[in-house]
Amino acid sequence: MSLHTLSVLVENKPGILARVAALFSRRGFNIESLAVGTTEHPEISRMTIVVNVADLPLEQVTKQLNKLINVLKIVELDPSASVQRELVLVKVRADAETRSQVLETVQLFRAKVVDVAADAVTIEATGNRDKLDALIRVLEPFGIKELVQSGMVAIGRGARSITDRSLRAIERSA
Amino acid sequence: MTTEQMTGAQALVRALENVGVDTVFGIPGGAILPAYDPLYDSDKLRHILVRHEQGAGHAAQGYAMVTGRVGVCMATSGPGATNLVTAISDAYMDSVPIVAITGQVSTSLIGTDGFQEADIAGITMPITKHNFLVTKAEDIARTIAEAFHIASTGRPGPVLVDIAKDALQAPVAFEWPVQMQLPGYRPVTRPHSKQVREAARLIVEARRPVLYVGGGVLKAGASAELKVLAELTGAPVVTTLMAKGALPDSHPLHMGMPGMHGAVGAVGALQRADLLVTLGARFDDRVTGKLDGFAPGAKVVHADIDPAEISKNRHADVPIVGDAREVIADLIVAVQNEHEAGRRGDYADWWRQLNAWRETYPLGYDTPDDGSLSPQYVIERIGRIVGPEAYYVAGVGQHQMWAAQFIRYERPGAFLNSGGAGTMGYAVPAAMGAKVGAPDTQVWAIDGDGCFQMTNQELATCAIEGIPVKIAVINNGNLGMVRQWQTLFYDARYSNTNLHAAKRIPDFVKLAEAYGCIGLRCERAEDVDAVIAKAMEIDDAPVVIDFVVNEDAMVWPMVAAGTTNDDIKIARDMAPDWENGD
Repeated sequence: MSLHTLSVLVENKPGILARVAALFSRRGFNIESLAVGTTEHPEISRMTIVVNVADLPLEQVTKQLNKLINVLKIVELDPSASVQRELVLVKVRADAETRSQVLETVQLFRAKVVDVAADAVTIEATGNRDKLDALIRVLEPFGIKELVQSGMVAIGRGARSITDRSLRAIERSA
Repeated sequence: MTTEQMTGAQALVRALENVGVDTVFGIPGGAILPAYDPLYDSDKLRHILVRHEQGAGHAAQGYAMVTGRVGVCMATSGPGATNLVTAISDAYMDSVPIVAITGQVSTSLIGTDGFQEADIAGITMPITKHNFLVTKAEDIARTIAEAFHIASTGRPGPVLVDIAKDALQAPVAFEWPVQMQLPGYRPVTRPHSKQVREAARLIVEARRPVLYVGGGVLKAGASAELKVLAELTGAPVVTTLMAKGALPDSHPLHMGMPGMHGAVGAVGALQRADLLVTLGARFDDRVTGKLDGFAPGAKVVHADIDPAEISKNRHADVPIVGDAREVIADLIVAVQNEHEAGRRGDYADWWRQLNAWRETYPLGYDTPDDGSLSPQYVIERIGRIVGPEAYYVAGVGQHQMWAAQFIRYERPGAFLNSGGAGTMGYAVPAAMGAKVGAPDTQVWAIDGDGCFQMTNQELATCAIEGIPVKIAVINNGNLGMVRQWQTLFYDARYSNTNLHAAKRIPDFVKLAEAYGCIGLRCERAEDVDAVIAKAMEIDDAPVVIDFVVNEDAMVWPMVAAGTTNDDIKIARDMAPDWENGD
């Protein structure tokens, strides 16, 4: 088993997220992370799906996804040839005594404080999985009150775009 | 392009007419009611009012199977739609092109748990090739065109179109033809020539090849090409339950049906093969038995129109994505090229082995010694007397397997049954749909008494609509296949499988008559031919024959679930001697 990052371009239509999610659960594949949003073309949405599977089931996942009528294109992004980012918002206990240490950690990780209360701060951080895990480990001793993560988004390095051809297909059929 | 003002319901009916529909099986109800008004005026669409929506779904399947066109069923929202679910699921498993049209509550009510509201698009998501929820009148015509295109192209399958009631009622400027919007749908039908050449090379190099033929060959209409390929290579052919008739059963290269109740020769051929040339088949567990032990020495060429089938269950050494007809046509040329280059397979030793199995272990059955009627004999006689031109439609269970084993299928598509889903109750409505699609051909349902009682209300539809099907009820008074498993694996503890036929509840002859059909009964071997002949003479009413048969008859051979094909038994505790004939 290993982690694979799939970029799935889909028609921006109602129900497509349900179709993809249902397919994963029905076929017994586990989603590690899922992030959805529109692309530079409003009629195309992009899902970044991280799955934890061996190579052969990965081929099945891809083929089954491809059978969904609203799926336009699937690209597996190689970690070394792509930029992968997640966002985390974390609310950490920080009173007068610990606040300076917490803020020092924020600086070390090039994170940001986005909200301050008397006994807590909320920190925003982006990065790859490893960096965010490290940040969370360091913050844990102060007391994490609440944590929310975005799921990974990823994009290939270099000048090429994976959305161009899919847009042409949509224009042809419209 | 023509533009005309009309309602969404009229647009629906017009679109159905324009895509070539001539028959719709269905039942009206609140949400679909607007559609039934223009339907009433259509002189191109025949609506057949069924008695249960499941019947409409299976009838659409039967119609699609015999015509090769898309079958259509229609139902209202909520329970009307959910009653279609079994048939939709059946069509999905067996890749049958049907379009189900359901009414949905008005858009303002969707999501409010309105009266007769069910999220049928959500419910059928995993059992349709695709589905649509239409909430705007202007989307109806295009969606119908898209639904028919998706259902009938690539790997065929069911498509559901759920239409909100207010969309049916709203005014719309109807335009035809429409521009489909399916940018993500591009089925591949042309096979890759390099892969085909590689397959041909393996065929001529193999010593023990088998053409493993599935339902995709029938769907592609590739029987003629299959026969040429088989005769060109001289390789043995096995046809799965879904492919019966793809090569005539009488053809000398035909080794029969493989699988859980397959012929020893067919199962043995797969197990000992060094090459499987898999054409439109999907390595279903009923064919492979325990997957680890399936065809252990074989390389695999796997051709299928659905890329997701390739290497799903068994690794394919040579994957070929394409329509079976195009694949086989290309394979013929590629094998001819190999032959012209002096490379030709020598399968003489292989045939010595295959013929030995075939001669030593033919399909057969014992006649009961208590004088009761043998179910296999009844089915065999129906096949012989009615002949190869008829359609045979089986339910699910023992009678289905016997119908696969003891009727000889000589032409493609002559056998309809519920293969993947195993839907009891398929036969009567599917036979009805088949007869509507092929009114000049005899259609015989071979049904079990358990199956028959699930959907026999469609006899009323058959009688009223003038659909003279023949229904042979193989009545052993039990859920026979379940009982067989209880005999073999549950110490003969017959928990809830006895339907108490001895009490004649119901009396199938009286039931048939109550439904306006002719009811006949047969309990003795010497009467079988006469009762079949009598049924054949009647063509102005449906006929039900209650064949009261022995309850202990079992389906053999059998590969028990969870065991490998090598463990096939030809009778209880009797295994074939594989080395025989070497």
